[in-house]
Amino acid sequence: MTANAITADEPVAFYDLDEHAHPEGHSTMLGFWIYLMSDCLIFAILFACYAVLGGSYAAGPAPKDLFDLKLIALNTAMLLFSSITYGFAVLQMQQGRVKGVQLWLGVTGLFGLAFLGIELYEFHHLIEIGAGPQRSAFLSSFFTLVGTHGLHVTFGIIWLVTLMVQLSKHGLIAANKRRVMCLSMFWHFLDVVWIGVFTFVYLMGVLR
Amino acid sequence: MSIPHPAPETGPILGKLSLEALPLHEPILVVTFIGVVIGGLAVLGLITKYRLWGYLWTEWFTTVDHKRIGIMYMILGLIMFLRGFADAIMMRLQQAMAFGGSEGYLTPHHYDQVFTAHGVIMIFFVAMPFITGIMNYIVPLQIGARDVSFPFLNNFSFWMTTSGAVLTMISLFVGEYAQTGWLAYPPLSGIAYSPNVGVDYYIWGLQIAGVGTTLSGINLVVTILKLRAPGMGLMKMPVFTWTSLCSNILIVASFPILTATLVLLSLDRYVGTNFFTNDLGGSPMMYVNLIWIWGHPEVYILVLPLFGVFSEVTSTFSGKRLFGYTSMVYATVCITILSYIVWLHHFFTMGSGASVNSFFGITTMVISIPTGAKLFNWLFTMYRGRIRFELPMMWTIAFMLTFVIGGMTGVLLAVPPADFVLHNSLFLIAHFHNVIIGGVLFGLFAAINYWWPKAFGFKLDVFWGKVSFWCWVVGFWVAFTPLYILGLMGVTRRMRVFDDPSLQIWFVIAGVGAAIIAAGIGAMLVQFAVSIWRRKELAEESGDPWDGRTLEWATSSPPPDYNFAFTPVIHDLDAWYDMKKRGHQRPVTGYRDIHMPSNTGAGMILSGICLVMGFALVWHIWWLVALSFVAVVAGAIIHTFNYKRDFDIPAATVTAVEEARTRQLAAGA
Repeated sequence: MTANAITADEPVAFYDLDEHAHPEGHSTMLGFWIYLMSDCLIFAILFACYAVLGGSYAAGPAPKDLFDLKLIALNTAMLLFSSITYGFAVLQMQQGRVKGVQLWLGVTGLFGLAFLGIELYEFHHLIEIGAGPQRSAFLSSFFTLVGTHGLHVTFGIIWLVTLMVQLSKHGLIAANKRRVMCLSMFWHFLDVVWIGVFTFVYLMGVLR
Repeated sequence: MSIPHPAPETGPILGKLSLEALPLHEPILVVTFIGVVIGGLAVLGLITKYRLWGYLWTEWFTTVDHKRIGIMYMILGLIMFLRGFADAIMMRLQQAMAFGGSEGYLTPHHYDQVFTAHGVIMIFFVAMPFITGIMNYIVPLQIGARDVSFPFLNNFSFWMTTSGAVLTMISLFVGEYAQTGWLAYPPLSGIAYSPNVGVDYYIWGLQIAGVGTTLSGINLVVTILKLRAPGMGLMKMPVFTWTSLCSNILIVASFPILTATLVLLSLDRYVGTNFFTNDLGGSPMMYVNLIWIWGHPEVYILVLPLFGVFSEVTSTFSGKRLFGYTSMVYATVCITILSYIVWLHHFFTMGSGASVNSFFGITTMVISIPTGAKLFNWLFTMYRGRIRFELPMMWTIAFMLTFVIGGMTGVLLAVPPADFVLHNSLFLIAHFHNVIIGGVLFGLFAAINYWWPKAFGFKLDVFWGKVSFWCWVVGFWVAFTPLYILGLMGVTRRMRVFDDPSLQIWFVIAGVGAAIIAAGIGAMLVQFAVSIWRRKELAEESGDPWDGRTLEWATSSPPPDYNFAFTPVIHDLDAWYDMKKRGHQRPVTGYRDIHMPSNTGAGMILSGICLVMGFALVWHIWWLVALSFVAVVAGAIIHTFNYKRDFDIPAATVTAVEEARTRQLAAGA
């Protein structure tokens, strides 16, 4: 018997006779958090690979020869702005303005597209000058880390468009609010990962 | 075919696929294929004849009920177990024959696929579905919940696991499987040394199944954290739920590593990157590190839930509260954490240096402390207990005796200098079969015998259960003791032919052991068949056949769709025992509507498309890859437009079910 167990003679309820169903989606936030942490591990592995292989140039180009920090700074700004505008969308949601949510989600998506556009430009440029992912282990791990992040942003944008359609169909119902919050976590998570990429890959790469 | 084909041309329509891919020149495979076709047609014919397609679709394939999904996982595991065991028998036969100039009956090309497929299937498609099935079935019942947190995701996870298994099985008849060993180390698994589709089947089979495993891990963690019945604090959770929680945390924290590692390997193979290549800066050693950072937690993912099963069984059949519940929980959590800092013991010989090897050797030995604590807890639970030697308890005792020896040979291998001698020898093979068969499989058999009456409402036949038990235990030792001896003599693993004739006798003995195990498997299948046949005599109507202690025994067998008409309130660790002891009254009126999730075919459809995509990726059929990729994304989006995902079971239905239960209980009393 544990200390706080009830003694035998006390009347005791063994069943909840007046129960109410769990509110719909009450576990979604926790589940999504755990999913994000598992995704975070994928990035952790890619960062670890970059840490191990990032110096293996195989007599090819090094970060200093390749990275254009001004372009990357612009790119980073696009993603950071998109996080702020996503925050504005959530603020609008809390005030119950579906039009405002749509507007700021749209702006967020445009910033995301700009980010992807600049990234694709950079990749295209690198491949064109012969610094593609096949050139060395450094470039393999660089393209995979940055590209995986880019793929996530791409899926984020597809999700964002889907959500905008769903918002216009059903408005700010509980299910849609929950989805806005999940995408919010996803989007900010990608922002945090990008800060890691920017510091660890680009800034430290140019310093090396 | 003894020489692998050169890499075939890639066409625009069928990719690398051509008639050449069909192994028509392998008589063993042709006969197997004919057998599978006849058997498959017979099953499909019977389903059609008895008009079961609609029933299967509405009641099983589309179900979101954790109990039915659990049963489907068990069926998947059982089918794949027969395949994996067929591989084992083939290996034992080959090794017993291939002496004195004999080449045996398997070509190197075929033999290498057999040992690879055996390992992959037994871990990913037998052990994983079995433990996921048991956890799926039991955990919600033990915590007094009506389903898991994300019922649709549960169905989707099951079908993704199945799709991975199907893709792996397709490799038997279309193309080939990997010839690399179950972890597919590069550079051997790289495109330069494995130019054909075998490794691609390996990669995509595991990636598709891995999505399912990760999602089901997330699902069960959230379920356990969020859906416990009122009063069930973390330290009042049944031990099986605790070990399941830890196991699922390990799944969430390790399967993404496998996913990422296999992505890198596939980039090397498909795109020509240089992660694990020998040139241009790649590092094959990194793959070995990464795969074991997943691989070591994986063995604890497999065994932890069974430690929970042994705890439940020991306590129930000793008629006592579990000795040292708190230490059991702490031991489980310690193992969970320690399992992440031992991975390097799988490759001491790689040359990381004495300091690194010492660290990992010591952490490995440290793991045996919490494991030992568990064993003493089970022994002390039995001490002065009124032990009933039913089948689950017999499997538990067999486990204790077998697993302890496997654990001790593990500690031997954890000593780096000893490992330098024993690395990749048959001693290692004997060791991990000793812990996986003795721990995971014996635990599963204990669990199946223990919970079968809960799932189906009748007990399993004892006679055939005992036949199976003795064949398994004896067969195990006859099969694997020779491997310990051979390993100590320096025989390495994965050999196809042998020169030294004095070794043959040990392989013959091991083959006899495998035959005894085969008899054990046969007896188990007979046990299932006989029990289903005699289900009226073996019927168990109380819902509590073993005088159980945890909540799953509080409801009927099989439980109703909603598990509990009223959610139980927990006051004690052994909640059901506490309720019985204090004379609880089962409420018989006042039923309400019960909110439940609706069935959906989306999981099966999306997984089916993923299977097509996997096949197209294996064979480089790029148009089909693109098409199925678009289809799976579009399908997922369409699914999110379905907002109506639940329904209410009306109070009248609940009342009818519960009144039938009241009559059943009254008749049995």
